[in-house]
Amino acid sequence: MRSKILLALGAVCAGLLTWDFYRIFDMLPDEANQGAIYRIIYIHVPSAGTAFTFFTIAMLASVLYLATGKFKYDAVSAALIEVGLVFAGIVLVTGSIWARIIWGVWWAWEARLTTMLICWLTYAGYLMLRRAVEEPTQRARLSAVLSIFGFAEVVIVYKANVWWRTLHPGPVLTIRNGGGMAPGMENEIYWNMLAFVCLAVVMVMVRMRQEEIAREIDSLRRMAHSY
Amino acid sequence: MSAVAIEGVWKYYGDYPALKKVELRVEPGSSVALLGRNGAGKTTLLRIIAGLSKPSQGQVRILGSDVRQERARRRIGVLGHGISLYDELSAAENLMVFARLYGLPDPRKSALEWLERTGLERVRDGLVREFSRGMKQRLAVARAFLHDPEILLFDEPFTALDDRAIEVLQKLLSGAHAAGKTIVMSTHQLKEALVIATHVALIRRGEIAYAGERTQQMADDTGWLYRTYEA
Amino acid sequence: MSSELRTAEAGAAVRIEPRARPRTSLLAKIWTITAKDLRSEMRTKEALNASIAFSLVILVLFSFAFDPSSDQFQEFSGGLLWLVFSFAGALVLNRSFARETQNDCLDGLLAAPIPAAALFLGKAFANFALLIAVEVVSIPVFGLFYDVHWAGQFGELALVTLLGTWALTVIGTFFSALTVNLRMRELMLPTLVYPLMIPALMAAMKLTTDLLAGTPINAENVFGLKLLAGFDFIFTLLSLVMIDTVLVG
Repeated sequence: MRSKILLALGAVCAGLLTWDFYRIFDMLPDEANQGAIYRIIYIHVPSAGTAFTFFTIAMLASVLYLATGKFKYDAVSAALIEVGLVFAGIVLVTGSIWARIIWGVWWAWEARLTTMLICWLTYAGYLMLRRAVEEPTQRARLSAVLSIFGFAEVVIVYKANVWWRTLHPGPVLTIRNGGGMAPGMENEIYWNMLAFVCLAVVMVMVRMRQEEIAREIDSLRRMAHSY
Repeated sequence: MSAVAIEGVWKYYGDYPALKKVELRVEPGSSVALLGRNGAGKTTLLRIIAGLSKPSQGQVRILGSDVRQERARRRIGVLGHGISLYDELSAAENLMVFARLYGLPDPRKSALEWLERTGLERVRDGLVREFSRGMKQRLAVARAFLHDPEILLFDEPFTALDDRAIEVLQKLLSGAHAAGKTIVMSTHQLKEALVIATHVALIRRGEIAYAGERTQQMADDTGWLYRTYEA
Repeated sequence: MSSELRTAEAGAAVRIEPRARPRTSLLAKIWTITAKDLRSEMRTKEALNASIAFSLVILVLFSFAFDPSSDQFQEFSGGLLWLVFSFAGALVLNRSFARETQNDCLDGLLAAPIPAAALFLGKAFANFALLIAVEVVSIPVFGLFYDVHWAGQFGELALVTLLGTWALTVIGTFFSALTVNLRMRELMLPTLVYPLMIPALMAAMKLTTDLLAGTPINAENVFGLKLLAGFDFIFTLLSLVMIDTVLVG
């Protein structure tokens, strides 16, 4: 059942991505000021959306784990954060490439970029913590606590950065306030967001199964050692 | 009301059950030897009884209240694998810290009293760091008895002790037993344990394989219990 | 398997007397923990000496990283100071719960009738006092080395320092507890703690820079003060709520 869902979702995702990329690269015209490079936004923004959504759900799953002690929530949270981290990495890399071409620098200490970087560092710590704890119950408990702390911190960082860094406004691309994006161009972002979320969900499901198998192996090993 | 009531306790490490639905009631005044091989779950169970670890399912009640409640913790004295004493503090300071945490009316007096009982009054201002192993162990015993607990939980109490400390502990334990205190101790040393045990519980692979009164047969033939219930 | 351990005579003869509840306030217990930590630290002064020495080393190293006499120095003086505090402070915070692993002391404390949250607060207060001690030494040295007139707005600076130090203390103490049983404790602690401290450090650095440059707390930078206070509040609360989960597994 689960592998059928996985296959179906993977197929949908492949179809969506193909269609989206066809539209992005072949159908949509270059942007007036930025030229071809603006297309990076179709990777950049959906990745950011996916990452932040996943970190949020991971925090909720962590709360649920601490409340119920059910390992499936731990697996959900671990898988979401790991995949979220990949997408956060894509955000940083694509943002950097875009910044080099448009702003002339690889990195600008701008609100969202800074937040994403700190977020990435925090959740990289989460993955390191998981590696450092061997006993699965202890690992689940401690990493759930870290996920909650990390989320609170990322929210505060974001608020703080928006406050400070945008006091000296840089050339931040605003999407929602009609910052110069044609409706056709903007819609494509949402389509690609859908494709990315699909892809990420497939990855999360694969990772969750790995988590479960890893736990089973661990318990078998303990059983073997106890006799 | 049971002194210690273990109600359907499970403990999982990941998917591996270290304790499987352990049910055990210890009545006030009894002295239970918790037996079992290494890795059978003795320490895990004892830590759960002491409130140092939470069961995955089920609960432990100490004289009717949950073990994580302060009321319950005030009534138990715990001696684990480590001595739980601070190397940089003196013997008296160590005991006074715990006396204050247990809310004893006169921390200094209780501390000195117990130093005397364990034969440490001469070194009361010496730092624990400088103590011999045996002295540390006696001080640890004093710490566990300090607040006059009704229930004593000892994890392998005789394993690391020297002769003098064993003597002190045996004396204190039989005194406590005579005074109607409840004692639960995990051990694989049947001989020492059976001196004061009124009951025996055998843990095998996380399950209670046997629980009942201590019999003469166990004392006469220390292998009997294991042969009968460990298979 | 169910089992009943009952001795007919013992069960009947022993009566458990209801005991008078000892009247020790929670505050007294918290203070017991704080006093114990400070006392054992003062016996050896291991962490304190190391931390102060390290802070002085960093202060000296800074002079090679840039030109201390340049005008630009004013713009990042607060940042330097907080880097010193957070790096040197890590030495103190690292020791906090590590002290409890020796002899399994933590088990003794957890078995005692004191809530984990009170235990946490007691240890946090001790760490706070030690960090402040390090800062009291390093701020004047900083002023002396780099010709910074730090006492100009003493009250404001003290407030920012206290709030910022509490932020470091709470996060540091909590994660000292969280990593206490890990095999790579010394490696894990800084990687987890520094990213989490960023919002507080950010605010404290900016405010301190302003105050050292003679700019008072004004409409623009008061946000930093609110941020610090908010950070302290949120993470103190989170720590108090979650410390039991962390310590008793």
